[in-house]
Amino acid sequence: MTSSILAQDPTLADFGRDPWWLVLGKIVFAFAFGLLATLLGVWFERRVVGYMQVRPGPNQVGPFGLLQTLADGLKMAFKEDILPKAADKVVYFFAPTISVICAVTALSVVPFGPMVSIFGHHTPLQVTDVPVAVLLLLACSSMGVYGIVLGGWASGSTYPLLGGLRSSAQMISYEVAMGLSIVAVFMTAGTMSTSGIVAKQAHGTQLSIGGFELPAPGWYAILLLPSFIIFFIATVGETNRAPFDLPEAESELVAGFMTEYSSLKFALFMLSEYVAMVTMSAVTTTLFLGGWRAPWPITIWEGANSGWWPMLWFFGKVIALVFVFVWLRGTLPRLRYDQFMRLGWKVLLPINLVWILVLSGLRSIEDWDTRGKMIAVGIPAGILLIATIFWPSRKPQPKPTTQEQVDSRPYGSFPLPPMDLQVPPSPRITRVVAEREPANIVAGSDSREV
Amino acid sequence: MTTSTVLAAAGGVSGGEEVTFWILGPLALIGAIGMVAARNAVHSALWLVLTMLCLGVFYVLQAGPFIGMVQIIVYTGAIMMLFLFVLMLVGRDSTDSLIETLRGQRVAAIVLGLGFAGLVGGALYRALEGTTAVGLEQANAEGNVQGIARLLFTKYVFAFELTSALLITAAVGAMVLAHVERRKQDKVDQVSTMRARFAPGNYPGPKPGPGVFATSSSVATPARLPDGRLSERSTPDILPVRELTAQETTLKGTDQR
Repeated sequence: MTSSILAQDPTLADFGRDPWWLVLGKIVFAFAFGLLATLLGVWFERRVVGYMQVRPGPNQVGPFGLLQTLADGLKMAFKEDILPKAADKVVYFFAPTISVICAVTALSVVPFGPMVSIFGHHTPLQVTDVPVAVLLLLACSSMGVYGIVLGGWASGSTYPLLGGLRSSAQMISYEVAMGLSIVAVFMTAGTMSTSGIVAKQAHGTQLSIGGFELPAPGWYAILLLPSFIIFFIATVGETNRAPFDLPEAESELVAGFMTEYSSLKFALFMLSEYVAMVTMSAVTTTLFLGGWRAPWPITIWEGANSGWWPMLWFFGKVIALVFVFVWLRGTLPRLRYDQFMRLGWKVLLPINLVWILVLSGLRSIEDWDTRGKMIAVGIPAGILLIATIFWPSRKPQPKPTTQEQVDSRPYGSFPLPPMDLQVPPSPRITRVVAEREPANIVAGSDSREV
Repeated sequence: MTTSTVLAAAGGVSGGEEVTFWILGPLALIGAIGMVAARNAVHSALWLVLTMLCLGVFYVLQAGPFIGMVQIIVYTGAIMMLFLFVLMLVGRDSTDSLIETLRGQRVAAIVLGLGFAGLVGGALYRALEGTTAVGLEQANAEGNVQGIARLLFTKYVFAFELTSALLITAAVGAMVLAHVERRKQDKVDQVSTMRARFAPGNYPGPKPGPGVFATSSSVATPARLPDGRLSERSTPDILPVRELTAQETTLKGTDQR
């Protein structure tokens, strides 16, 4: 990678220098990206799930059914807006708005590309960046919970309230796992600004396998694989997507927190859900998949990481992640609520803590000589090995045989029939079989359409 | 360092900062007043959320982006959410009663509150008038987050760890108080269940349902046992036993043929 390409990386000093029309343009672009991503995202999801379930999906309105979501949106706008009698009117009105605002605001710190020239202004393709940009993302997602919780409460009926309570518990729990997996990224990158994290992932590491120097991407998804996996799982939980869509579990809660919503307010909730999904994909791309940087085979071309091209790589990565979201929905059944909570608190959280401990340990011995490193890694590894060998076995005791169970019953239990009791065949069965005529069925070919 | 950080470090007040302050300041004040004045507990919590959000933005304006974001994530996002959680479980119709138990208490509280606010505001204004903030640039020299981290994990590490130990103790204490574990000997096995069932004085069969062999479909009508007696056990204890008289059970003559 040459230095001229590296110079394309925006730093924090590059922000806050744009004229007002450029700032406005960037904001409108990010907003339009969110809306367009929703329009196409709903279509994409329905088509992909349709393909997975061997049915066509929407294919009537527009080419490939592309305008189906637009038609649905128009229909929704013209429907009657029902306000339940028991609803808390002001909060009921504000809840979907809070959801949408929080989901869209998070897009403002996502870097879409490197420095480009727009009408003579040298500016980064990102609305803004602050030293704590990733914390801003976390703040947006934690404020977004209010929309759902208040929507559930203000509806004034039982199912929405249950959905709202579920979602608040869910999002708070999974935010913990999410925040902890970002800690590993902060430790490795040394910064919290999104553009800085993308810049830190530029330098590919060299893997030497059998004498060959193999260029591997410097993506944190590979360097910090456990963090990446946990972050993505937490993302799915945070956006209320299947298999973690418990707040709107239709088999239990009708539609969860949005049961009472109709017309445009319902559309706003749908919008915020899809914008949140796209935003979270974009954030995952930024933090773990190298952001707008081209993946390895493309980087052979010198100009891959400069100009407007990186936006293409960025959108490609985001679409791939959205596909994973849809894929999960098409594949996995919904979890039960206690299983879901156990996964969050008893699996993701401890693994994350141990991983951060290991990572910080590895980072602190980075500068030591080889002998010191061997000792520092060897002693904990040895202790771990000994602990695993001598750990008391949790394997369940072998189940006693039936005879043993019968013998160990206390005095005075129910009498049991003998274990080798043979039940004689019913005479009725033989008669029915004898009287029935053999069925006259001709086997057809398998390929025939039914 | 962004432009606003640089400006705040220099002690100046930019136009944007002033505009933001004069928009968000009144909003924060309205939120605080609304929190006290709102009848509904959830509305009260929401007003407080508004105030906290404004405070978070103020911290960011004052060149403390980290503390601002933490204010929004921890206080607004997590702690107020837990408050809401409890309030929603209490029920949406629980509003304050307006009956004054102490006469004149409300007026006295308002007057005292205004007086206290005036005193604090006046004292702060007199004390800080004309002074300029110094040392912000040095504190934020290597970045706001790094500066806070350096102080927190060197000079104040003991206080920090002590606070976290206190919080963990509180959490563990709450869990110990709330958690009930069933002992092993409390479990009854099949044999002792059956012994209790067939013990003298206990009727081992299922209880008759209300209305069995009865003359009415009411739950208050006791069932009849096979020998014709009424069974008291078939009706709930709180219901008075009601047996229809012969006059009530005869046909009313409405089914004219």
